[in-house]
Amino acid sequence: MKKMTLLLASVLLSASATVSLAEDISGLDSLRKQGLETQDPAAKLKNYPKDNEKVGLSYIQQPPLVPHSVRGYQVDRNVNKCLSCHSFKNYKKYDATKISTSHFTNRDGTVLSDVSPRRYFCMQCHVPQVKAQPLVENDFKPSGALSD
Amino acid sequence: MNLIKKLWRALRRPSVHYSLGFLTVGGFIAGIIFWGGFNTALEYTNTEQFCTSCHEMRNNVFEELKPTIHYTNRSGVRASCPDCHVPHNWTDKIARKMQASKEVWGKLFGTIDTREKFQAHRRELAENEWRRLKANDSLECRNCHNFDSMDFTLQASRAAKQHSTALATGEKTCIDCHKGIAHELPDMTGVKGWH
Repeated sequence: MKKMTLLLASVLLSASATVSLAEDISGLDSLRKQGLETQDPAAKLKNYPKDNEKVGLSYIQQPPLVPHSVRGYQVDRNVNKCLSCHSFKNYKKYDATKISTSHFTNRDGTVLSDVSPRRYFCMQCHVPQVKAQPLVENDFKPSGALSD
Repeated sequence: MNLIKKLWRALRRPSVHYSLGFLTVGGFIAGIIFWGGFNTALEYTNTEQFCTSCHEMRNNVFEELKPTIHYTNRSGVRASCPDCHVPHNWTDKIARKMQASKEVWGKLFGTIDTREKFQAHRRELAENEWRRLKANDSLECRNCHNFDSMDFTLQASRAAKQHSTALATGEKTCIDCHKGIAHELPDMTGVKGWH
């Protein structure tokens, strides 16, 4: 009987502890507004703009952002859709930004005559942007040559 | 030889047992049934369901079509296999269907029955379609996309530039630029316009 009471008490205690955890996040300001037990509602999907103005750089050596939608762009061993406009051969025809010669350098520092395999997968660094506000307020400003 | 002669004689002789009315009406009804049956079968082979009943199509090209704009889009207009691969015009359609007997052969002998075999044939298969669409001035594209109805001001600047010049003069046709819009591209080495 004594054991039973103890067990019941511990169960009740742990239950109340869980409830209080769910409601109170101990004064911490978290991005997560819900308790751990509940699922956040899914954020609204954002679409990529089809064609946009060029996006300025935020820091030196930043890979420029892609100002257009890249839906269905195939970049694999068969073909590189990005290079069909941005390659040295094609950029003039389409009035596109040409890739930098830095992309021709392989990991040993040797400059090749065309895009180096390690720089072939464009979207590892160059990504399109949706119009989304930052989740956390910040006052980052580009410095040096990129500052206003 | 004797049989053919007999048949020929039977065909030439007027009917003994059946009236002209019966033969005329009977022939008419049989004609409707045969023609209707033929067209129904033709229509059935022109459905997405039929095209994807083979694993070669279902697991390769159909899977590749799904994420593209022609299958998944905001307006709910969907182009399925025959919309692009079978001419709508009757005579052209029959011609294409006769060509498709080659595809039945391919199915029977397993020309592309594995992913590897399909990948190996991808360039050849793509070239067949590029050639066909080039020859008919991208007719299947134009069944929906009407050049005269294009508003260049609503297009992206680069698209407007290409459409108002190369496409307008007939120098280029849709497929010259819009390759690989519904399926993955093969190795594009040596294809004009690609790096």
